[in-house]
Amino acid sequence: MNYTWNWGIFWELNPEGTGTYLDMLLMGLRWTLATAALAAAIALVFGSIIGVIRTLPHRGLVLAGDAWVEFFRNIPLLVQLFLWYFVLPELLPKAAGTWLKTLPNASFWTGAIGVGLFMSSRVAEQVKAGIRSLPRGQSLAGTALGLTTAQTYRYILLPMAFRIILPPLTSELLNTVKNTSVALTIGLMELTARTRAMQEYSFQVFEAFTAATLIYLALNAALTFLMRRLERAVAVPGYVTGK
Amino acid sequence: MKLFGIAVALLALPGLAAAQDLTGTLKKIKETGTITLGHRESSVPFSYIDNNAKVVGYSMDICGKIVEAVKAELKMDKLDVRLLPVTSSTRIPLIANGTIDLECGSTTNNAERQKQVAYTNTHFLTASAFVSKKAKNLKKIEDLRGKTVVSTAGSTNMKQVVEANAAKNLGMTVLPAKDHAAAFLLVELDRAEAFIMDDILLAGLVASAKDPGLYQLSDEAFSLPEPYGIMLRKDDAPFKALADRTTAALFKSPEGEALYRKWFLSPIPPNGINLNVPLNAMLRKMLEKPTDSADPAAY
Amino acid sequence: MFQFDFDIILKTLPYLLKEGMVFTLTLTALAAFGGLVLGTVLALMRLSTLPGLALFATGYVNLMRSLPLVLVIFWFYFLVPYIGQAILRTERPVEVGAFASALITFTLFEAAYFSEIMRAGIQSVPKGQLSAGYALGLTYRQVMSYVVVPQALRNMLPVILTQTIVLFQDTSLVYVISITDFLGAASKVAQRDGRLIEMYIFAAFVYFLISFLASLLVRRLQARTAIIR
Repeated sequence: MNYTWNWGIFWELNPEGTGTYLDMLLMGLRWTLATAALAAAIALVFGSIIGVIRTLPHRGLVLAGDAWVEFFRNIPLLVQLFLWYFVLPELLPKAAGTWLKTLPNASFWTGAIGVGLFMSSRVAEQVKAGIRSLPRGQSLAGTALGLTTAQTYRYILLPMAFRIILPPLTSELLNTVKNTSVALTIGLMELTARTRAMQEYSFQVFEAFTAATLIYLALNAALTFLMRRLERAVAVPGYVTGK
Repeated sequence: MKLFGIAVALLALPGLAAAQDLTGTLKKIKETGTITLGHRESSVPFSYIDNNAKVVGYSMDICGKIVEAVKAELKMDKLDVRLLPVTSSTRIPLIANGTIDLECGSTTNNAERQKQVAYTNTHFLTASAFVSKKAKNLKKIEDLRGKTVVSTAGSTNMKQVVEANAAKNLGMTVLPAKDHAAAFLLVELDRAEAFIMDDILLAGLVASAKDPGLYQLSDEAFSLPEPYGIMLRKDDAPFKALADRTTAALFKSPEGEALYRKWFLSPIPPNGINLNVPLNAMLRKMLEKPTDSADPAAY
Repeated sequence: MFQFDFDIILKTLPYLLKEGMVFTLTLTALAAFGGLVLGTVLALMRLSTLPGLALFATGYVNLMRSLPLVLVIFWFYFLVPYIGQAILRTERPVEVGAFASALITFTLFEAAYFSEIMRAGIQSVPKGQLSAGYALGLTYRQVMSYVVVPQALRNMLPVILTQTIVLFQDTSLVYVISITDFLGAASKVAQRDGRLIEMYIFAAFVYFLISFLASLLVRRLQARTAIIR
């Protein structure tokens, strides 16, 4: 193999003046975590709202919810990020566009919101499926007790639905973390981007990629572990939740 | 059956001997009948895509000469030339892993990169500068303090700018772009205030921009003029010797200067703008005394 | 106010379709097929009683599913020639073109996802059918290829097709290594002619249309297979 290995590269100084190459990768990890956290929050909030809307007995709302899901699900994430980053500011009034473009950390905000909205369509699907999976008797019981629709959702349907869909939500959370790497195309210096930068500065391709792979594996394992604990903690006693 | 096998072996012998003499890239080219050139998409005027989606440029012409020489040296009737687009970030690994045989672009030759790849004779020298919109009135490196700037991921310029940022405490936000066109676009869209790159490439990008009058190059450079070379695989002496011989002969002949004039002193695609970069003493010396030195002081 | 210029789209449409969309669709079709075949093999390995095989398949699937596709694309673009060299025992890295490299990457990556689908599909076939097969004197190979896998494929067809739509969208990520797929072609025109807005909106529209129509077809198929079962 025509390649000069150098595993000591991680302890050498990076040209950005921010410490070693390892520090550079860890800095990238922090951006990955921050972006994923914001994106996951956006996905959860919008996904829940849209998911609930799609189960309501109101044709217009259901249609709007469906449109949201179809829009965000059927356009590749990369193209969506390009739309938000390159196209949106040009279509806005000039002052608003300039404000957007000169925002500090624009790629972070665009990336997090873009990934969050993309993932919201998947979360919405899960939430809808979760609510649909509950026996009809539950919402009928709510009505019989004199609860309003909002109260039925708040006190009966959602607490159950969210516990049921926690396992698929875990895998959507992991997908959110992985999808933040697409934001490197709009200049976000997250883990994969830093790995690339390390490769470009040091020419140690395989060392850099190996390190990134290990970090992603560890991150995945840690998140899976935490979510499993959460699942156990909130499990409904005696309720078999499929998987 | 056995006899037939021996006969085949005997017949194949002369060819076999010839192939055994060859090593590295030349052997590969002879065996596969193809050579793969890595090219750029927006390194004007070295290697870029013209209006007809064809890859053209000064480096492409030089590579064309090397390909001809390879064909003659290997006595091949037919040699397939494949083109593969590369970026600043992918070119070095792709040379090393055998995906491309020659990189015909605008790659700075430096000592650090020579640990991974080799270069043939220098075909241009350029310093790192920046381009910005005239309206912003940015001329010196100091003017970039606290600004958002962009450079191309994987370029020497990227490294120089992050180093300068750290050393001079400039507090710039440095965005990486996939290629030169994407980086220039960020300046055009006001996403970044300046694009730090080799001055010749910046001149080329401005020339091919929609409205060249909007932009200006900086007065101050980030580096001394550094050599550009066509990149090839490391530790492949016969192939490098052939490339060196071919480029040296080309540069010293009148054709070398003519090629220079074609790309730097005449109108070029896509807009028919003349870059007007005179053949100064340094560049003239480069043509007269071809060298593959990575040391800027050698020129 | 911004004026949408349809002319640029009409003018560049042949290039976008011939250079870009053909690449995208070919890559999607071949990678889906390769991924499904390899994914089925991985699923069978995971369900096999040989601990070594099961462990390898589980490790492979978990590894691939833990990594971002972007990172995997970079890995393979640089690594595949060396892997080829190791497998074929050649003296130099094997030259792999951009398309082949992308195809290998997506096949290997998607196989992990398809294997999970196929595992669920295989497990959905009642155990009694396996026993019946063995009782009839069929070998493991025959039971799998004549009884289990065909049913697993049929039961899972909607999910497989949905995953293929995801794959179709994911192929746009070859943008990061400058390969000219549909998005790559659109972004080249966008940058060259300064028509970012038109090209990106058009690209989004085309991806949407194809994915949306395909997902409608999948839903109809799902309704039909549901009735038959």
